[in-house]
Amino acid sequence: MLQGWVIIVVSFAYLGLLFAIAYYADQRADAGRSVIASPYIYSLSLGVYATAWTFYGSVGRAASDGVGFLPIYIGPTLMIALWWVVMRKIIRISKQNRITSLADFIASRYGKSALIGGLVTIIAVVGIVPYISLQLKAVSNSFTIVLQYPEIVMPAKVGAVPFLHDTALGVALILAAFAIAFGTRHLDAAEHHQGMVAAIAFESLVKLLAFLALGIFVTFGMYNGFGDVFERAAASTRLRAMLTPLEGVAGSYASWAWLTILSMLAIMFLPRQFQVAVIENVDEKHLNKAIWLFPLYMLAINIFVLPIAFGGLLRFPGGSVDADTFVLTLPMAEKQELLALLVFIGGLSAATGMVIVETIALSTMVCNDLVMPILLRLRVLRLNQRRDLTGLLLGIRRGAIVLVLLLGYLYFRLAGEAYALVSIGLISFAAVAQFAPVVLGGIFWKGGTRRGALAGLAAGFLLWFYTLMLPAFARSDWLPIGFLEHGPFGLELLNPQQLFGLARLDHITHAMIWSMIANIGAYVAVSLSTSQSAGEHRQASLFVDVFKRSGEAGGARFWRGTASAPELFNLLARFLGPASAEAVFQDYARGKGVQWPGDSLVADAEFVHYVETQLAGAIGASSARIMVASVVKEEALTIEEVRQIVDEASQVVAYSHQLEQKSGELEAATTELRAANERLKELDRLKDDFVSTVSHELRTPLTSIRSFSEILRADPKVDLAQRKKFLDIITKETERLTRLINKILDLSKLESGTTEWRESPIDMKEVIESTMTAASQLFKEKEVRLEARLPQRVPELVADVDRITQVIFNLLSNAVKFCEAGKGRVEVALVEDNGFLRVDVSDNGPGISPKDQKVIFEKFRQAGDALTDKPRGTGLGLHISFHIVEHYGGRMWVSSRPGQGTTFSFTLPLAREPAPVDAT
Amino acid sequence: MDNFEIKGQRLVALSMLGCLVFNYPILELFNRPGTVLGIPVLYAFIFATWGLLIALMALVVEAKDRADR
Repeated sequence: MLQGWVIIVVSFAYLGLLFAIAYYADQRADAGRSVIASPYIYSLSLGVYATAWTFYGSVGRAASDGVGFLPIYIGPTLMIALWWVVMRKIIRISKQNRITSLADFIASRYGKSALIGGLVTIIAVVGIVPYISLQLKAVSNSFTIVLQYPEIVMPAKVGAVPFLHDTALGVALILAAFAIAFGTRHLDAAEHHQGMVAAIAFESLVKLLAFLALGIFVTFGMYNGFGDVFERAAASTRLRAMLTPLEGVAGSYASWAWLTILSMLAIMFLPRQFQVAVIENVDEKHLNKAIWLFPLYMLAINIFVLPIAFGGLLRFPGGSVDADTFVLTLPMAEKQELLALLVFIGGLSAATGMVIVETIALSTMVCNDLVMPILLRLRVLRLNQRRDLTGLLLGIRRGAIVLVLLLGYLYFRLAGEAYALVSIGLISFAAVAQFAPVVLGGIFWKGGTRRGALAGLAAGFLLWFYTLMLPAFARSDWLPIGFLEHGPFGLELLNPQQLFGLARLDHITHAMIWSMIANIGAYVAVSLSTSQSAGEHRQASLFVDVFKRSGEAGGARFWRGTASAPELFNLLARFLGPASAEAVFQDYARGKGVQWPGDSLVADAEFVHYVETQLAGAIGASSARIMVASVVKEEALTIEEVRQIVDEASQVVAYSHQLEQKSGELEAATTELRAANERLKELDRLKDDFVSTVSHELRTPLTSIRSFSEILRADPKVDLAQRKKFLDIITKETERLTRLINKILDLSKLESGTTEWRESPIDMKEVIESTMTAASQLFKEKEVRLEARLPQRVPELVADVDRITQVIFNLLSNAVKFCEAGKGRVEVALVEDNGFLRVDVSDNGPGISPKDQKVIFEKFRQAGDALTDKPRGTGLGLHISFHIVEHYGGRMWVSSRPGQGTTFSFTLPLAREPAPVDAT
Repeated sequence: MDNFEIKGQRLVALSMLGCLVFNYPILELFNRPGTVLGIPVLYAFIFATWGLLIALMALVVEAKDRADR
C-alpha cells in the first residue's frame, strides 16, 4: 500500500486536516470561544522544538554518538525550570509593550532602535533559513525513501528528480499557503494566531505518537524489550563501545556541557520558540503546567531513540543505510507498511510544524523590523500620506513568508547533501544563542545600552559566522579547504576551527566559547563605557521593573507633548484599518468613561502611549515610534527628567515598602503594649491586695492597743496586777506594730532596689553560731532544743552580714514558733555543695501542707488557716528572706510533709568575687 | 505572593541540581560497564534522573498554595 499515489493522497489529507484544524480554531477564536486557552495546548505547542531533525536526526546522532544527542533535550528541561522566573518576566513585558517578535523585543528594550531590530532580524534569517532547508530536505528524503518501497535505497543514490516531481518545492509552497492563510489573516493589535497554534499542537501530538509507535514496535516487536536490545548490542563488538559512551565517542564532557547550555538558550531564543512561548501565550498561568509537561514531552519522545538506533545498527550492518533514516527504513525493512506510513506522517508533521512557525516568526521580524522602518524613512515613497497601509503591511508579510520559504528551498537545492546543510541544526542553535546576552541582560540589568547591545550582537554574530558558517562552506567545497587547514592567508592563529590555537574542542564548543566571550564582553564593556539616551533609559526601566509597575500606563509618565485625537485615529486607521482603529478607540473611551467620536477624548500622555502600544502590536515598536512621532508634537524629555521619573517611581515603591514595615512594627508594638497593660493591671490588683492586707495587719494590734487603753481609761479601779498585765499587752502590741512597719519599709526598699548592701567577706559558720546565740533566749523560753551540725571550715563568701543574719534568725524564729513546747527540736546544718553553701533549718513541728508550700514565700502568707488560726507572725519574714537570698543569686525552698516536720533551706553561691572592701 | 517566590526559588534550585547531576563528574560515576534491569548503567541513570527531576518540578509547581488566597 506504499504506492506513490497513496502516499501523496495521505500527505495531502494530512495537510488538509491541518488547514481544517486551523480554520476551525480561528472560527472559534472569532466567536470568542478559544480552543487554545489551555495549558495543555500551550505545552504541546512548545513541542515545535522537536523538528524533523529530532524525529530523524536523534536516532542518527545516537547511532554514532550514543548519548551524545541527549543534552539537546535535557538542556530545555533545565532551562524551563527557570522559566517561572525568566519567561514569566519576558511574557509580562511582551504583553505590556505589545511585542510582536524576538527582534521587536530586543529593539524595544534598547530604546526602540530600528538598527538593533534590523540586525537581530538579519542574524535570525541567516541562522534559521538553512534550518528550514533542512526540514524541506527531510521531507523530500523521507518521501523519496518511502517511494522506493519495498527496496531500501538512500536518496543520494536515487538520482536527479525532475523539477515537477520535486516534493520539497511542493511542500514549501503548501506551507507558504498555510502560513499566509493563518499567520497573516488580518492585522490586529493583540495578535494571536490561534489557528496556527492549534495546528501546531496537533502536529506535536502526531509526531510524538508516531515516534512512540515505532519505538514500541522496534523494542517490543523486533526485540524482547529494552534489555534484549542492549544485550544484543553488547554482544556485537562494533557496538559494545557505545554502551559506556562518554569517553571519546560523544566527545569530552566539555562538549556535553556546552551542548546543554546551547540547547538551554535555544529553547528560549529560537524565533519559533519565542513565537509560541511568548507571542502566542494567551495566559501567563499556562506557564505553570508547561514547566513540567514540556520536559515530559521531551523525555517521552527520547525514550526509544537508543533502542531504535541500536535496532537499526543491528538490522543494517555494514553502514549501507544512513542512520538518519533508521526511523523510516526499519519499519520498511520489517514490511510494516502502515507503521512506515505513520512514521512518514510523523516526520512530515515534525518538519511542517517547525517550518510554519519559524516562517511566520521570521516574516513578522522581516516586515516589522527590517522592511517597515526602511520604508517609513524613505520619504520618496510618501508613506506618510497613504490613506490605508493595512494592505501594504499584509502584503509585506506575505511576501516575506514566500521569500523565506523560497530562500530555504533555494539553499536546499544549492547545498543538497553538502555538510553546510547536514550540520546546520546545531549551527542554527549557536546563531540564536547570540541573542541570549542582550535579552537576559536586558531584562535584569538596567545598564545595558543600545550601543552595547549592537556591539555584543555584531561581535557574537561575526564570530559565529567565522567559526561555524565559513568552515561549513569550506567543507561543502564552496571555499578552498586550505582555509580550514592553515587558516586564512596561511595564518594559523586565525584558523576558524582553532582560533588563537584553541584546539581539541569540537566545532560547536569552540564556536560557542569564542562567540560568547566576544558577545558578552562587547555587550558589557560597551554598555559600561557609553551612556543611555533618555529613551533607552525609559525602556530599560520599563523592562527591568515590569513587575513593579501596574498596567500599560507605566510608559505614559515618560511623555510630554501635544497631540490631537483625530490625528491619532487616522494614524491607527492607516495601519489597522478603520474598523479595528474604531474598536480600539471605543475601547479606550469606554474605559475612561468619555465619548468617541467627540471632543471629550483628550489626547493626553496616557492616550498617546496607548495608541503607540496598539500600533506597535501591528508594526513593531520602532516603526510605531516613528509613526507616532510624525503626528504629535513631542517635547523631548532630557535624560535627567527620565531619571527623575524613574527614581520617583522607585522611591514610591521604597516608601510603600517602608510603610508596610512600619505598620508591621506598629502591630508588634500594639501587642507588646497590650501585654504590658495586662501586667500593669495585675500589678495594680496586687498592690490593692497588699494595701488591704497591710491595713488589716496594722488594725489587729491597733485594735487591741486601743481596747486595752480604753479599759484603763474608763475604769480607774482596775487593780495593779491587772493594770500591769494590760500595759504589757499594749507594749507588746506596739512592738509588734513597730516590727511590722519596719518589715514593710524593708520590703518596699528591697522591692524598689534601694536597699543598701554593705558587703564584706563573711564566714558562714560564724554567722550561724552568732545568730544561734542571739536566738537562744527564744528557745529557752519555749524549751525547744537547738542543735547545730557545722563543718570545721567553710570558704568565705561575700555578703551583707546583717542581712544574712536576718535570714537565719527569721528561719530560727519561725521554726521555734511552730514547735511544740518542751518536745520541740530544731537543727541547723551547713553544707558546702557544688559551689554553693547550703543552710538547712529543720524542725519537728506539724509540717506544712503541699498547698501552703507553694505560697508560703508570698507576701502575708502564713501556713494554716488564716480564719481560725491565730496569726503567729507578720507574714513578711519569709518573703523578705526569699528576696535577700535571691539577691545573692541563691535559692530558697521548703520541704515538708504534714506531721513529719519542716526543713527550710537556702543556698548562697561561693563564686561571687569578693567586692573590694571600702577603705572608709 | 511569598508562596509564588518560594516556588520560583525551588525551581531554580532544581535547575541547578539538574546542571550538577547531568555533568562531570557525576556522569563519570555512571559511565561504566554493567546494566541495571538490562539497561546500560549510564542510560538508566540519565533517564531515571531526568524523570525524577520532572516529577520534582511537577511537585513544586502543582503544590497547593499554603497561603490563604
